[in-house]
Amino acid sequence: MAYSVKVLDHYENPRNVGSFAKDDEGVATGMVGAPACGDVMKLQIKVGKGGVIEDAKFKTYGCGSAIASSSLVTEWVKGKTIEQALDIKNTQIADELALPPVKIHCSILAEDAIKAAVADYRKRHGEAAAG
Amino acid sequence: MFAPVYFDHNATTPVEPAVLEAMLPYFSVQFGNASSRHEYGRAARRAIDEARGKVAAAVGAQANEVIFTSCGSEANNLFLKGAAACLRPGALVVSALEHPCVLRPAEQLARRGWTLHRASVDAAGRVDAAAFAELMRARPKLVSVMLANNETGVVQDVEALAAAARSAQAWFHTDAVQAVGKLPVDFRRLNAAGVHALTLSGHKLGGPKGAAALVLDKRVELESLIAGGGHERGLRSGTENVAAIVGLGVACTLAAERQAAYARHVANLRQRLESGLLALGATVFGVAAARLPNTVYFALPELDGETLVGQLDRAGYAAASGAACSSASPEPSHVLRAMGVSPELARAAVRASLGATSTAEQVDGFLSALHATLARLRRLTAMSG
Amino acid sequence: MLRLPIYLDYSATTPVDPRVAAQMMPYLVEKFGNPASRSHSFGWEAEAAVETAREEVARLVNADAKEIVWTSGATESNNLALKGAAQFYAGKGKHIVTLKTEHKAVLDTCRELERQGFSVSYLDVREDGLLDLAAFAAALRPDTILASVMFVNNEIGVIQPIAEIGEICRARGVLLHVDAAQATGKLPIDLAQLHVDLMSFSAHKTYGPKGIGALYVRRKPRVRLAAQMHGGGHERGFRSGTLPTHQIVGMGEAFRLARLEMGSENERIRMLRDRLLAGLSDIEHVYVNGDLEQRVPHNLNLSFAYVEGESLLMAVKDLAVSSGSACTSASLEPSYVLRALGREDELAHSSIRFTLGRFTTEEEVDYAINLLHAKIGKLRELSPLWEMVQEGIDLNTVQWAAH
Repeated sequence: MAYSVKVLDHYENPRNVGSFAKDDEGVATGMVGAPACGDVMKLQIKVGKGGVIEDAKFKTYGCGSAIASSSLVTEWVKGKTIEQALDIKNTQIADELALPPVKIHCSILAEDAIKAAVADYRKRHGEAAAG
Repeated sequence: MFAPVYFDHNATTPVEPAVLEAMLPYFSVQFGNASSRHEYGRAARRAIDEARGKVAAAVGAQANEVIFTSCGSEANNLFLKGAAACLRPGALVVSALEHPCVLRPAEQLARRGWTLHRASVDAAGRVDAAAFAELMRARPKLVSVMLANNETGVVQDVEALAAAARSAQAWFHTDAVQAVGKLPVDFRRLNAAGVHALTLSGHKLGGPKGAAALVLDKRVELESLIAGGGHERGLRSGTENVAAIVGLGVACTLAAERQAAYARHVANLRQRLESGLLALGATVFGVAAARLPNTVYFALPELDGETLVGQLDRAGYAAASGAACSSASPEPSHVLRAMGVSPELARAAVRASLGATSTAEQVDGFLSALHATLARLRRLTAMSG
Repeated sequence: MLRLPIYLDYSATTPVDPRVAAQMMPYLVEKFGNPASRSHSFGWEAEAAVETAREEVARLVNADAKEIVWTSGATESNNLALKGAAQFYAGKGKHIVTLKTEHKAVLDTCRELERQGFSVSYLDVREDGLLDLAAFAAALRPDTILASVMFVNNEIGVIQPIAEIGEICRARGVLLHVDAAQATGKLPIDLAQLHVDLMSFSAHKTYGPKGIGALYVRRKPRVRLAAQMHGGGHERGFRSGTLPTHQIVGMGEAFRLARLEMGSENERIRMLRDRLLAGLSDIEHVYVNGDLEQRVPHNLNLSFAYVEGESLLMAVKDLAVSSGSACTSASLEPSYVLRALGREDELAHSSIRFTLGRFTTEEEVDYAINLLHAKIGKLRELSPLWEMVQEGIDLNTVQWAAH
């Protein structure tokens, strides 16, 4: 499997690896995928005032492309509002990392991880987010 | 050290120095299995891909038309049995001159419901065009006619035969093991004329034994002979013989580059040899036909071929009394019999096949050795008679 | 100095031993004759070399040289043995027994025989990779003509009880074929003792060249085969085609060296393998695939839990290892051998096969140990599954979002 330079860079030097305490103020967690499918992504966002994502962390069980997709997403969501974060599409991730067709599902999973994290945030801070 | 002179290049050839040099790394540092995903494996895969390109380029084919096999016999078996396995049994035509590795598989198919027709040949060793055209009325599904014969060196007009086979819509195969390197061979041109498959072999053209190829029009459906792992697009499983394949690639490139010069060189020597033989009273087979430039198949009527080559070997000249593979059999050559040569004369047949390194001195030496042997054998025969 | 990547894939192929290569070279250049040429010294010289090599191959396995048929490799040997015997003895019965963990060369050939009208039973193996003899005996039927069981598994290195299997087959009148491609030079094989009728060999797994193998065909009691490649009648009609002299000479020399050096070499390799296993044993949740005792000393097949297979291979790119059989590694299917052992897909995916060999050094093993420590640690640091396990969560109780 030939990986792009960007995938290799994220794989070798993943950004924002780690975890926030789940119950901290403003923290929301999205966990997508399944071990049997070969990928599990956990994306955490820390949302501050005005719904801006102040920080993000990830852990991923999966191939190099899955690790790179989630690493990239943590960089992209920082500084965005949760609404802006939801605008990130898998195609942008796939383009940025030059993923081959067989690895497109990694970018879809990363997009799903954002959606899952935002959904978790809304569940926890329902009214605040809506307001 | 005394090195005998080798006049049996149709049986096999020494490996060219440049070919050997290209092969060597694949016995040592580049020893990977081409199916492995790590760097050792990928390097082996790249080497095979490159060799495939070289083989294809040498015979005017595309790389994806080249299927590597372990020898020419396997490639011929693969075409005949592999194509037959994808068809309902029907008629099958092969020339009466074919090598046993075409004839025997054809006979196998005959036992499995196929109707086998042997195309007859004329006295010069050419497939009889009229008789061949007649056989096409049986609407054969498979046809195999060799490009050049290993014994006589006679070259068949395969393009014309393939054109005649077109109306029958047969898959047409040609065993070009003896032709590639000795004649210009262009698969695209043959393909346009209606040839769908071609066999070539490394060790006949300065490459190593252990690698050969079936060049195959991709429209032809084949079933593999060897299953297990799906190598060579599923047509030939088994760990690729990387070193030999690399050698085959380089040998094909060299053979194609040198073909014209080679042909001039051996044709001159052959003429020298043939005039000498005729002066000794020899019969030369196939002279009326177009032949490979390096091959002389002759008989000195009153002398047994086996005995003669034995004497020549003792005198330091390696020639053959028939095709290498079947030379264990005491039967006279099936090729000569098909040409209508009497069994007595056929038993006297000797083949001298020249190579790029053959020289005029060797030819002259061969003729004097032959002359001396003749004199001695005739004396013995006279005494015993 | 270490050459990277470090080659730990000796079961995929081995380099040609320099002593073997030295024997081969003359047969490419000055002794280039066709062994089938009966009329001159070039041919006789080549034929003599072919017969000497045949003796050497026979000696390694205590057989008669007349029982050795040259082929282009173990894949062809397996095809010739299975199709040749099945087709020849089809009148006696049409049932064949083999294992789910056999090499593709046997499994794919059996599939082809099924298409030709034979029926094949693919037996399960135990969790340790070994065949259950009672289950094997029970699988034989009155119409069983042939069984095919590999001596040493290519992925997990376990040694099947061939002597016992041979006894059962002989008593039941069933021919036994054994794929010994991974066995030569790794354990003693005595065909005078074993009730084996057909045995496949490969040169390139035992420091010989690629492109050459052999099939042992027993003469007493005589085993017959339908030839699969027809032509000039080479190899007593079993297999036509020009014999590649240099490769045959290489196989002969490789097998001669194996016979002479196997004892000491295997002890050295066992020591290195044990060093590798010991060096990795302090990593948590590492599992050995296949029985560790009934196993050739060259093989170590490990699953690293909570690490995904492809990222694991990326992480260990300085090691030339295999994550499954070389022939199937183009696809990302979990290894069918590990699946047959009952390993779940995740553990099959995260397995690495280390196979050590003649040129493996202590330094290389230590490098591999250190590299794996660092990389497994890093990947688990990245793994949400590992985090959950550390928190005491049973992953089987987690509701995964279907994807």
